[in-house]
Amino acid sequence: MIEVKHLTKSFGSLEVLKGIHCRISEGEVVCMIGASGSGKSTFLRCLNMLEKPTGGEIHIDGVSVTDPKVDINKVRQKTGMVFQLFNLFPHKTALENVTLAPAKVLKMPPKEAEERGRVLLTKVGLSEKADVYPGQLSGGQQQRVAIARALAMQPKVMLFDEPTSSLDPEMVGEVLAVMKDLAREGMTMAVVTHEMGFAREVADRVLFLDDGLIAEEGTPQEVFGNPQGQRTKSFLSKIL
Amino acid sequence: METVLKIYPVLLMGAAVTLQITVISVSIGCVVGLFAGLARLSKSRIVRTVGTCYVDFFRGTPLYVQLLLVYFGFPQLINEVQHWLIASYGMPQLVHNFVFNEWTAAIITCSLNSGAYIAEIFRAGVQSIERGQMEAARSLGMSHVLAMRYVILPQAFKRVIPPLGNEFIAMLKDTSILAAIGFVELNRRGQLIVAEIYDPFPIFFTVALMYLAMTLTFSRLVDWLERRLKTDDRG
Repeated sequence: MIEVKHLTKSFGSLEVLKGIHCRISEGEVVCMIGASGSGKSTFLRCLNMLEKPTGGEIHIDGVSVTDPKVDINKVRQKTGMVFQLFNLFPHKTALENVTLAPAKVLKMPPKEAEERGRVLLTKVGLSEKADVYPGQLSGGQQQRVAIARALAMQPKVMLFDEPTSSLDPEMVGEVLAVMKDLAREGMTMAVVTHEMGFAREVADRVLFLDDGLIAEEGTPQEVFGNPQGQRTKSFLSKIL
Repeated sequence: METVLKIYPVLLMGAAVTLQITVISVSIGCVVGLFAGLARLSKSRIVRTVGTCYVDFFRGTPLYVQLLLVYFGFPQLINEVQHWLIASYGMPQLVHNFVFNEWTAAIITCSLNSGAYIAEIFRAGVQSIERGQMEAARSLGMSHVLAMRYVILPQAFKRVIPPLGNEFIAMLKDTSILAAIGFVELNRRGQLIVAEIYDPFPIFFTVALMYLAMTLTFSRLVDWLERRLKTDDRG
């Protein structure tokens, strides 16, 4: 589903990604962990070209994303993204947030878009908040709307960029629950997270990023239970 | 006092013209300003340069000079270009001694001038929208144009209403310069009456009060709008 070959990314003289190789198969849930500054968010943002890679190749669903001739908007329709700060459109209701892209990008008839929107809001447990503006929703509710919004384009992959990091602790659970449901339904997911509990429970594979490289990877049991590298050990000892 | 009572209906007519020319110019200025503001944010260097040149020129030169340039200078330019085209290429004569009437020159000058200020207002408005909004829209597969139209601009418009109101007030006062080309608005009305019955203090003071009445009304309106938009903020 996703294939990454020797991905590098520099901001000016700062080399953030130093050659990442990775493969994510269909239906797989991959969690990326690591200290801040390790490059995990940058890596995720490269997957849908929100950051333009400096070098290397990314293939998503058989399409070379890094090829300048590729219509990036088409690729992005296949990769839903959920942001740390939700980034809901504040001038639109929850339902309108979800229906905007299907209506304008896919030119879906309003009725059909609304139907799909309501189904998705029900799925994230917010059917009764359809006509409410983001400003009146709690952080957890906003993030669930954001997940519904990303799902509205029926993506093949979902990218999560620290989806619970800016939430109050009591709201983390409701967002993780929605993500677990998605994982159970077989959605391919790449998740940058600090929620080790979630990674342990849901991930098929955990990548530990350190200094722009994948320093260690394996099943959650392997990485959490028996970390090999020194950096992995010291990171996990601090966070667990 | 007697003078004032006698002349104020005539001055009110002038005030109506002042208001009219301001509304027309700022409206056209909004359209021009939107495109110029977006041009300043364009990825293309040429488009950006064109936008910057326009904004710099009209913000960096006096409105008075711009007015003279449009009213006197531009017709001369057109006539000479036509003359040259006829002489060198045998083009048939299209206009006989092209001139602007005061209204056309006034609208063109004021619109271009306010367009340059409004361009900066729009540019700042668009740039004030959090980067995450554009990223979220693009991540859904929306093109840059779609994202601008449905996500960025609607939010930016709300934020630029107060500065647009201030631009309107500034333009309302600046239209007094149009008296220089004989455009009969409020200021010019006052000058004409003074020339007729020489009683400058009450006349010009009444003119000033009329400008004040208009600017105060609009600045209160802007304050009120600003407060309403704040309490209404859903973001």
